Amino acid sequence: MEYEVVIGCEVHVELKTKTKIFCSCPTDFGGAPNTHVCPVCLGLPGTLPVLNKKVLEYAIKAGLAMNCEIAHFSKFDRKNYFYPDLTKAYQISQFDLPICKNGYIDIETSQGAKRIGITRIHMEEDAGKLVHQGATITTSAGSLADYNRAGVPLIEIVSEPDMRSAEDVMAFLTNLKAIIEYTGVSDARMEQGSLRCDVNLSLRPVGQEVFGTRAEIKNLNSFRAVERVVKYEIERQTEILEAGGKVVQETRTWDDGKGITLSLRSKEDSDEYRYFPDPDLTPIIVTDAYIEELRASLPEMPQVKRQRMMEEDGLPAYDAGVITASKALADFYDGVHAHYNDTKKISNWIMVELLAKVNAEGIELADVKIRPEQMAALLKLIDAGEISGKIAKKVFGEMFATGKDAEAIIKEQGLVQISDEGALKEMVAAVVEANPKSVEDYKAGKKKAMGFLVGQIMKASKGQANPAVINQLLTEKLDSM
Amino acid sequence: MISKEVVEKVAKLSRLNLDEAEIALYAEQLSQILDTMEGLQQIDTDGVVPLAHVLPIENVFREDDVGQCFRQEEVLANAPEQSDGMFQVPKIV
Repeated sequence: MEYEVVIGCEVHVELKTKTKIFCSCPTDFGGAPNTHVCPVCLGLPGTLPVLNKKVLEYAIKAGLAMNCEIAHFSKFDRKNYFYPDLTKAYQISQFDLPICKNGYIDIETSQGAKRIGITRIHMEEDAGKLVHQGATITTSAGSLADYNRAGVPLIEIVSEPDMRSAEDVMAFLTNLKAIIEYTGVSDARMEQGSLRCDVNLSLRPVGQEVFGTRAEIKNLNSFRAVERVVKYEIERQTEILEAGGKVVQETRTWDDGKGITLSLRSKEDSDEYRYFPDPDLTPIIVTDAYIEELRASLPEMPQVKRQRMMEEDGLPAYDAGVITASKALADFYDGVHAHYNDTKKISNWIMVELLAKVNAEGIELADVKIRPEQMAALLKLIDAGEISGKIAKKVFGEMFATGKDAEAIIKEQGLVQISDEGALKEMVAAVVEANPKSVEDYKAGKKKAMGFLVGQIMKASKGQANPAVINQLLTEKLDSM
Repeated sequence: MISKEVVEKVAKLSRLNLDEAEIALYAEQLSQILDTMEGLQQIDTDGVVPLAHVLPIENVFREDDVGQCFRQEEVLANAPEQSDGMFQVPKIV
């Protein structure tokens, strides 16, 4: 039987506030265990949580950026469950009146454009960190709890089950991450845990309206893991259904080493969480004026920017897509463009040289030493014929490593392009003399020989000869022979 | 009447260890509570906004300013067991 895959995502995004959601403890990473905690985030009796204003602002901004309706009336609820990553035996979250609902994110796939619905976005507190004393949670003797993360503000973004393939999910997550980055409410770095994704996946026979039974795979912390999970689960569930079995509704965990998902626990129904309004926190009333103020403060969103780069800068859709997928990259592009006009050249250098180095070093764009105006200066030197494209790549490598200006590197290493005809004529003559066979070939009409000779001259000049001048001089020389 | 199974389920969610006599007692008491609630259900609540908070207050916020945390020794002072600056908890699953 042919099956259709149905996927929805729940994405947790850590908000970039200075303090926790309900108390004044810092959200910084890296403190010694249990040093960023206070009676409020420990849930000690008699304490009173108070909402961080910035959390509300950021949640609304994220909602607006994802085309959501913002609730004029919203409240917090307690989600009750026993697990030692919570000190209170409940998590403060939002149940029936989330701050944002009914939004969407548009994606581009090989099947065309698609709109993925956002059911809701709600605010909640993060849980603490557990260190299991053993290879896995099921074989551990016990666990150690560090509550530095407990109470760090999160928004949970819940999508509609609108995705039908791994490609859809990747496009959705890429756009979601970019939108979040643009709003500035979070770093949205998956590998650092500030963006985590749960995948809900089920299969149904093609043509069937009713959804099949779904499995939820929790806490995926890389794009690659999400893609692998989707592919693995499609295969796993197809095998079960084809063997006449039934998919169990459950929460599963991803074993990245083995590349498989494992059953963690049977999925709790939402009534088992016994949600009820948190009496410690007051309702939130948001005015239209405040919503409009926040809407006006939002920067240009990636899709709009992408369109603009294609129309105004003449970039191909692919280039514009790659560059706008990351706020840092788009900012870098804009920074170079402010000093330099050849947009396609900027995009080539960003996509080929810059991204290759960034990926090879495994660093974030924010940590790149080259400033946009330095890149612009480098490109201008190429255009002016000061250095060849080949030397420019070498200079770029140095700039990337040291953060120095291109001109300083060129001067230090004597990399200035040789355009001086006198010096080049000598090199041409020497190479022609040393390679009589190639000269003969050229005379016999083998144009390839010309390329070989140019290569030899470039080599003799250590790549510093101006190729255009060489070509001209060599042609003159050969034709005169 | 609330069944024994429902009491057992609710007890499990609340991590309460009940004996047979307690289960029977709570089944009866929980039934009485639900009966009372059923009485309340008779009241016409059309046009009444669901209550989100018992007090007439709203929008109590704090600024995003960092304050004082507890020291690790204070945090762990009441922990029955601790290790490496963390709370030691029993096996979870």
